[in-house]
Amino acid sequence: MLLSIRSLTKTFPGTRALDGVDMDVAAGEVHALLGENGAGKSTLIKCLTGAYRRDGGLVTLEGVRIDPRSTIEAQELGIGTVYQEVNLLPNLTVAQNLLFGREPRRFGMIDGGAMRRQARGTLERYGLEIDVDRDLGSYSVAIQQIVAIARAVEISGKVLILDEPTASLDACEVQMVFEVVRGLRDRGMGIVFVSHFLDQVFDLTDRVTILRNGCKVATRPTASLSRMSLVEHMLGRALEEVVAEPRAEAATGPAEPLLQFRGMGRTGVIEPFDLDVGEGEVVGLAGLLGSGRTESAELLFGARPAQSGTAHDTQGPLNIATPRKAIAAGFGFAPEDRKTDGIVADLTIRENIILGLQARRGWARPIPRVEQNRLADTYIRQLDIRTSGREKPIGELSGGNQQKAVLARWLAMNPRFLILDEPTRGIDVGAHAEILRLIRTLTESGMSVLVISSEIDELVAVADRVIVLRDRRHVAQLTGDQVTGSQIMRAIAQEAAA
Amino acid sequence: MNTRALPLYATIAIFLAAYVLAWTQFPNILSTRVIGNLLTDNAYLGIVAVGMTLVILSGGIDLSVGSVIAFSGVFIAVLLRDTGLHPLVVFAALLLLTTAFGAGMGFLIDRLAMPAFIVTLAGMFLARGAAYMLSIQSVPITHPFYKTLQGAYLLMPGKGRLTLIGVLMVAVVVLGMIIAHRTRFGASVYALGGGEQTARLMGVRQGRTTVLVYAFSGLMAGLSGIVFSIYTGSGYSLAAVGTELTAIATVVIGGTLLSGGAGYVFGTLVGVLTMGLIQTYIVFDGSLSSWWTKIVIGLLLLAFILLQKGLLRLSRTRLNQGPA
Repeated sequence: MLLSIRSLTKTFPGTRALDGVDMDVAAGEVHALLGENGAGKSTLIKCLTGAYRRDGGLVTLEGVRIDPRSTIEAQELGIGTVYQEVNLLPNLTVAQNLLFGREPRRFGMIDGGAMRRQARGTLERYGLEIDVDRDLGSYSVAIQQIVAIARAVEISGKVLILDEPTASLDACEVQMVFEVVRGLRDRGMGIVFVSHFLDQVFDLTDRVTILRNGCKVATRPTASLSRMSLVEHMLGRALEEVVAEPRAEAATGPAEPLLQFRGMGRTGVIEPFDLDVGEGEVVGLAGLLGSGRTESAELLFGARPAQSGTAHDTQGPLNIATPRKAIAAGFGFAPEDRKTDGIVADLTIRENIILGLQARRGWARPIPRVEQNRLADTYIRQLDIRTSGREKPIGELSGGNQQKAVLARWLAMNPRFLILDEPTRGIDVGAHAEILRLIRTLTESGMSVLVISSEIDELVAVADRVIVLRDRRHVAQLTGDQVTGSQIMRAIAQEAAA
Repeated sequence: MNTRALPLYATIAIFLAAYVLAWTQFPNILSTRVIGNLLTDNAYLGIVAVGMTLVILSGGIDLSVGSVIAFSGVFIAVLLRDTGLHPLVVFAALLLLTTAFGAGMGFLIDRLAMPAFIVTLAGMFLARGAAYMLSIQSVPITHPFYKTLQGAYLLMPGKGRLTLIGVLMVAVVVLGMIIAHRTRFGASVYALGGGEQTARLMGVRQGRTTVLVYAFSGLMAGLSGIVFSIYTGSGYSLAAVGTELTAIATVVIGGTLLSGGAGYVFGTLVGVLTMGLIQTYIVFDGSLSSWWTKIVIGLLLLAFILLQKGLLRLSRTRLNQGPA
């Protein structure tokens, strides 16, 4: 076995990121590593590349025990890595990037001619005939990615880890990169391939290892798995177990849509999609990580410029080109990463709650302190934010209470359409149910909500309608009685032909 | 053609155009005398700007160099006045000192992960203060060896004088070009300027490179101080105020990206000469105030920053339009 990992363990304060994971990579195979967010994929990779030191377990490369302390050491041992974001320097030439640190020298100086020849020779083996004297940054991402692969192979040459190398490539470029990867496999390299795109996993890989919650779930030959069983393994339950839950309330049928989005899209991010949102409706977005859920929401809120598409309400067209304009149109967006995008940790609860409202009023017209206090107290009571007082820095609250404060900020602005990206991420079970209940009460007052969640149960519990995304496309819409765990799973896992 | 070379070509084109323009008004400006003076008068600036180029390429900045030049002058003058040491010995001690000073700043920048701006700002005050401590007054240098240095020149055809310090400046530029473009250290400097995180992943020894870059800048500042003392024949603690900013300006006018990672040492030489040319023109004209130099430099600087922004946008849109 080329690379062998035995009972690998890595613990961070409070969490066990990897718990006794085994994995083997043979020479001449492409081995997919799959798992949802937090499954431990990136921790495993970082342990292999030397970015993290493992706490326990054994890693052997060609039968020799290794314990790389740095990325450089791992590279020299034979493990090269190519990341999603090209980790080369766009301001250096292709040749400089390829041979950095190993430049041919003559009389102590870099021999430019020899360097060019060597770089051209190397790249020819990857089917690239490009001007190696031009800056790397002037080439497309696919070519940069192939140069990165070439560099990793030249330096390391035994194991190649591809960490979502295709995330920013289009279909044609993906095939270009895959050709290169297949060539390397045939030359006897062991390749670890991480990707959220299931089509690519089936297209390229020989075996699959699936992680969940830091543990290995299974290793199987790719061909022996169906899409469905792969998704079952990733999400951690069999479809049979999913009990169809009756809807709490019957869907009221297609009401007059409050908002209509048509053809919203952006190349390489999300394919154009239509979306209607009714008044008081909760729409759920389901899909695996990387399927384009968050991206869809960002487009709707103008956080990411859409290349195409229009938005209408019952009165006429809306301009949602930037978040500011979207807010003016009555939209709200509570992003996924609460800590970096949602709260200002050092400000008090009161200050966090009035932040959005104040920004909309403009800083020249401060909200009177009395009014601020009233708003803060109202929402602390209404949303049941557990705190010793409104003047406590929000960073000191628990995750669930922080999330409630973020909600309060948007509620204070009284939006008609609120987008919640993973509203229950990192929140304990009790608060979890409370947030869901809160979302339902909001809609009673006519607010429309779009909920993004990777927890299917959560969507089933809260959404009137669920849109399913796969590989950056909106592929299915489930309404009424169709909104069940098994239906959503089926839609996520459906074969590409469906 | 590489878009990153465009600022360099623009610099060279502007210099040549300005020279032709000046020449049509004052034909004498195209004489070996003027060219010789251009090199001599700007020798100290050119040398310190070469050091600054490497610092800026690495993504940093060195604000201490002007003060280090002043300190060097006073250090030399006081030592030559008060001790019997030979100037060459004093030079060696000084270069050792300024190099160590630069290396120390580089070490702090790297180890404490402090902004170069702040660390070298402290260095600027420190060096200026040290100069004051040695002497508040201007100290003349009377050592006979200095007379030899000042009188050393080659007579070019047309009676132009190619002085020792002018030649030294050109030599330093060549040295800088070799270091920046033909050594692994130079490649590491560009890599750091392109992105620290990536550079580390590619095997750049960040600490070592940072220390060496600032040490080199310190060495160049010391050498520039020596040249300045030869040029002025004295050491004065108030000398070379603001030279660090002029040096930064010449580097940027020379086509180097202020945020690092792209540029050419040769461009810096052209930048220095452009600045010298403007000053020469003002002298030839006779009626213009010398402050016009600053105004023109300011405009040039602005034009170059805009040019670089434009190029950046150009290369980005071209990339977005599809695979190259």
